[in-house]
Amino acid sequence: MAQRAGGGGKVRVQRLVLSVILRALSPMINGAARRHPDFRALLARHDALIQIQLRDGSIARHYEVRGGKVRSRAGLAEQPQVVMSFKDVATALAMMSPNADMGIVVHAAKNFKVMVIGPDHLATWWMQTLNAMAKAGLRFGTPMPDGTQRYTNLTNGGPLFVYVRSGRIVRVTPIEYDSHDAPPWTIRARGREFTPRRVGLVAPHALSVKSTTYSPQRVPYPMKRADFDPNGERNPQNRGKSGYVRISWEEAIDIVAGEIRRQKRVHGAGSICIPTSSHHQWGNVGYYLSSLLRFGNLIGFTRMAANPDSWEGWYWGAMHHWGHSQRVGITGNYGTIEDCLQNAEQIVFWSSDPESTYGGYMGFEGTQRRLWAKQLGIEFIHIDPHYNPTAQLFGGRWIPIRPGTDAALAIAIMYVWIKEDLFDHKYVIEHTTGFHEWRAYVMGDEDGVPKTPEWQEAETGVPARDARALARLWAKRKTYLSAGAAGTGFGGAGRGATGAQWARCMVMIMGMQGLGKPGINMGGMMSGTPVDHEFYFPGYADGGISGELQWNGNAVNNYQKMPHVLTVNPVRQLVPRQQFPEAIIQGKAKGYLWDGLAPEIQFAPYEYPMPGYPRIHMIYKYGGSYFSTLTESNRMVEAYRHESIEFVVNQSIWQEGEAQFADVILPACTNLERWDIGEWGSGGGYLQHGFNGVNHRVIVLQHKCIEPLGESKPDYEIFSLVLQRLGLGAMFTEGCSDLDWVKRVFDASDLPAHVSWKKFCRKGYFVVPAEAESMRPPVNFRWFAEGRMKDINEPQPLPSQWAEEFGKGLQTPSGKLEFVPENLKRHDPDNPERPVVNRYRPSWEGPRTPGLAQRFPLQMIATHSRYSFHTHADGKQGTTNDITDHRVAVAGHYFWVARMNDLDARERGILHRDLVKVWNDRGAVVCAADVSPMVARGTVKCFESSSEYVMIEVAGERVEIGGCMSTLTPSRPQSQGTSGMAPNSCLVQVEAWRGAQEFIRARSRQVGDPRAGLA
Amino acid sequence: MNRWNLIIDVALCENCNNCVLAARDELAGNAYPGYSAPHAAQGPAVIRIERRTRGATPMVDAAYLPRMCNHCDDAPCIRAAGDGSITKRADGIVLIDPQKGKGRRDLVAACPYGAIVWNEQEQLPQTWFFDAHLLDAGAPAPRCVPVCPTQAIEAVKIDDTSMQRRAADEDLRVLEPELGTRPRVWYRNLWRFDQCFIGGSVSTVDGVEDCLEGATVELLQGGKPLDRRATDAFGDFRFDRLAPRSGSYTIRISAGYRARTVEVQLLDESIYLGKLELA
Repeated sequence: MAQRAGGGGKVRVQRLVLSVILRALSPMINGAARRHPDFRALLARHDALIQIQLRDGSIARHYEVRGGKVRSRAGLAEQPQVVMSFKDVATALAMMSPNADMGIVVHAAKNFKVMVIGPDHLATWWMQTLNAMAKAGLRFGTPMPDGTQRYTNLTNGGPLFVYVRSGRIVRVTPIEYDSHDAPPWTIRARGREFTPRRVGLVAPHALSVKSTTYSPQRVPYPMKRADFDPNGERNPQNRGKSGYVRISWEEAIDIVAGEIRRQKRVHGAGSICIPTSSHHQWGNVGYYLSSLLRFGNLIGFTRMAANPDSWEGWYWGAMHHWGHSQRVGITGNYGTIEDCLQNAEQIVFWSSDPESTYGGYMGFEGTQRRLWAKQLGIEFIHIDPHYNPTAQLFGGRWIPIRPGTDAALAIAIMYVWIKEDLFDHKYVIEHTTGFHEWRAYVMGDEDGVPKTPEWQEAETGVPARDARALARLWAKRKTYLSAGAAGTGFGGAGRGATGAQWARCMVMIMGMQGLGKPGINMGGMMSGTPVDHEFYFPGYADGGISGELQWNGNAVNNYQKMPHVLTVNPVRQLVPRQQFPEAIIQGKAKGYLWDGLAPEIQFAPYEYPMPGYPRIHMIYKYGGSYFSTLTESNRMVEAYRHESIEFVVNQSIWQEGEAQFADVILPACTNLERWDIGEWGSGGGYLQHGFNGVNHRVIVLQHKCIEPLGESKPDYEIFSLVLQRLGLGAMFTEGCSDLDWVKRVFDASDLPAHVSWKKFCRKGYFVVPAEAESMRPPVNFRWFAEGRMKDINEPQPLPSQWAEEFGKGLQTPSGKLEFVPENLKRHDPDNPERPVVNRYRPSWEGPRTPGLAQRFPLQMIATHSRYSFHTHADGKQGTTNDITDHRVAVAGHYFWVARMNDLDARERGILHRDLVKVWNDRGAVVCAADVSPMVARGTVKCFESSSEYVMIEVAGERVEIGGCMSTLTPSRPQSQGTSGMAPNSCLVQVEAWRGAQEFIRARSRQVGDPRAGLA
Repeated sequence: MNRWNLIIDVALCENCNNCVLAARDELAGNAYPGYSAPHAAQGPAVIRIERRTRGATPMVDAAYLPRMCNHCDDAPCIRAAGDGSITKRADGIVLIDPQKGKGRRDLVAACPYGAIVWNEQEQLPQTWFFDAHLLDAGAPAPRCVPVCPTQAIEAVKIDDTSMQRRAADEDLRVLEPELGTRPRVWYRNLWRFDQCFIGGSVSTVDGVEDCLEGATVELLQGGKPLDRRATDAFGDFRFDRLAPRSGSYTIRISAGYRARTVEVQLLDESIYLGKLELA
């Protein structure tokens, strides 16, 4: 009895408290509006009658908002526009608390304990207004002596200070850490001490953001294609031709929301596809795996199933030898910087150019570490068709190799090791399987062809004597292998027809030399710094605000740490990214899944369309062009113009690339014009602990440094506006603005234990203290080499995926490094293009391709760009255009660069900087030639990811002059039974462009428009 | 009196262009009264990087030379201006007055280093003026210094005697000293850009062909030995820092009882002799 009486008393007190809070709300709102203009403006956006009540009406108060002021009265109103209704007083109090527990709030929302009923735009606005009150008056940034305000932001190339005066960006600079920031780590090696510099060493493209933000190519306002009428003739055949007219945001949102409704009504769920670019702006809230996914799930869409375009050979090949499926077939890197500096004698960079690819996002953070390695006398070797910038800076023997033949060299190296007994027998016996079968192939016992250095010379162009010398040197010296962009794998030669062969060989090579022993490991000083790996802050692929639990890392940590309402895409249909044009034009396509959950998943094919789902009829394009990250991209033009595509909307920051094919263009703003939060280099998801490529972990509040330019808006706001038309705005926003979400991300991380929100808002960044020396992670694979339990703190493989005992061995069926993968034996035993024994097969498009190789005798490789990040920071009339290793201006047009060997150029009468036509049967691109001996003979080296796609006709010939090299690359999968892409298996011919003079003449008549006078 | 100097290590420049981009970021679209009118957003830049490649596949290298206003102590542009539109400050920095310099397109040609850029919109000759506006506000260095990933660029403010001593001690050179302009931009390892090498790869055949490690290679000129190296694991040798057009050389390769000589004439370009088989 006493207990019940006490409970009743508690409820009475709670009811009283709620009444007081509801009464206090209007003076609080009015007070905040008086003090803070931003909040005042938000409040004044609508007039409305709002009611907050318990569901049974026993407590209720209504609020009349008029002209930016609130008046409230107790009791129920007659006709409130928005009703916020709580099931009971406990829920109401929990939710109205200023520091509400988001777990309780979200639980209440998901289980109908709280409901917000009314017109969606008013409901969304009212919830955002209540949330905004708490943060009104917060101050952001640091005032500087010169009168500028210093903000912070984060890019794909690193963190920046952004200095703003009178609403305009004056400059951006790297962040120089101050005395209040946590001190760096020190590595002791061979009697010396190494400590990183106290500045974030950003990539060049990071320093171009002011220029791209103020680019003349920004989409200034919403636009509609001139001959597109959503209620009449749509003229899909004219996409890319007909030009645009300006429309209002109202009209634009009406058209887009109307089309979404119509698609659902006419075709049913799944007729909308949302193709994203490979990458977009940085930030956990605005990222495509966050806001966009939340948006997509709320409208339902056919997922464009990506291929692992930065991994390829590692996913489809290497994974089966050593596991690491949750890293897409590449390995971790823990402790390797220290081990390499202390123990290694040599680093072999194989198709690895970290000075250009930065390990992805790390800018030049690894450069200093590689300089340390050189200072310690560690020798570098570079195997690459290009004497690449890494080789240029650090020197070391260059082994030029024909593209796509790397596996032949690798196999010959292993031949020398076997023949001359130069490998680690004990390691092979104890830690690997299948060596005898592999050996039989290498030595020729199996097929009668010993894979000698002489054998490989005919394939690779590497003299047999050099291959032999390399093999001997490798066996003699403790060697780190830096393979691909990350050093521990990734891209590189893995992005060609023989990509899997090469990646598989890289694993086997290390298996023969004792992977994990001191000084013998994977990496090129690009990652594995001794930072604190346990400090929690989610990466961009860890779910953000998506509510999606499957297609990102949300379920692992973020969903619990930052409770938010689950969102689900009801559409199971997938369309393969590289076959998207065929899916549209032919109406069918087949793919194999990229899913790192388990190595077995990739064997299952899927087909588009899936029974029960419609074909795609609407494209919602977002995040920049992907013409230059696709293959054979001219296919997309026909796809965009296909009659089955009823509507194309492109939400774009810049008028570039494929935006020209949209019916409606929605102007988005850059991340300097909106709120976000993120950590430098931290991908999360498949890139777990990816932040250990940088020297200081830096978590950045991405300030809204300036107001959105023109009529542009944050992606988050655009999604919110579209969804408000569908009554889903409150569901999408959860009543939060982008800044509210940023705060939720902050609260859900380990940051609050170290820095207050208020301080973080002003300073804008936090440096995570380095790991104490005694706490540093052990060296990756050392446990494996020593036959111990795994002692690396990475939650993979899954508990069920250990061969026998949890914590012992690799994620392979045997738990060992498998020379002949059991997984391939079991699931793909008879695939001639991916044989169980990793036999060398020449590229299906390469020097051995009959007929084609005679017509197109050069091989083009297009690697990740050094001066832009995918399509970002390229073009846009930005500052990277003037870097002559990126683009070269001829007659006022900035041409893409094609690097070629001086002897190949001489044979063709091509001089340095000549305009040349690079072409094959798939298309023709005009580039500026860069002629030097730094490219292997027979090779043309370009970057991929031009942001421009500009077709013109000159002298009766259609050519692309934006640098879209992907128009030339084959769309055929790497090997049958995979969806791997092979852009680096691309035969071309190069010749002096005969249209050059006409182009230059036309341009001199009319400067500005690249199409001028040529159409 | 301490004055500004810039020291650039050619061997550490990797052509990342961070200095170029930082300068453009600082100067484009921004007016700094008394120092500079806004620079152009695109087109010729006040810091630019030149490339020099040497050798032949596979023995090649590339050197990069960042170039900008040399802040000469005897600046031809100041003389050409005549009217004080270009001045030298007491701290060594050469500045074009954004008012007085209006319309002076002729000054572009006055710089023998090609470091003056014409801004069509502003009708102004413009240069990299050492970020003097930042230094005057207390910045420790111009923007090109912290953004450089290899610390190839150093800004030092010291007296001229100390700088001369440092230049001598560290083998720093200026561009085209014969012009007598006395630049304040110094280069370390400039030989990577303007000197040549002679190299080759020594091999031997014993059943199969192999690189010959440890062979002795001597460089002689007029019978006089200049240098001597041992080949590395790839049989490679390289004699570097040879002056272009410095005449004919003899390369003598020996290993045990085997030996051969090669005569080469060094012109403007480095020479890679390719494979040299020692029979």
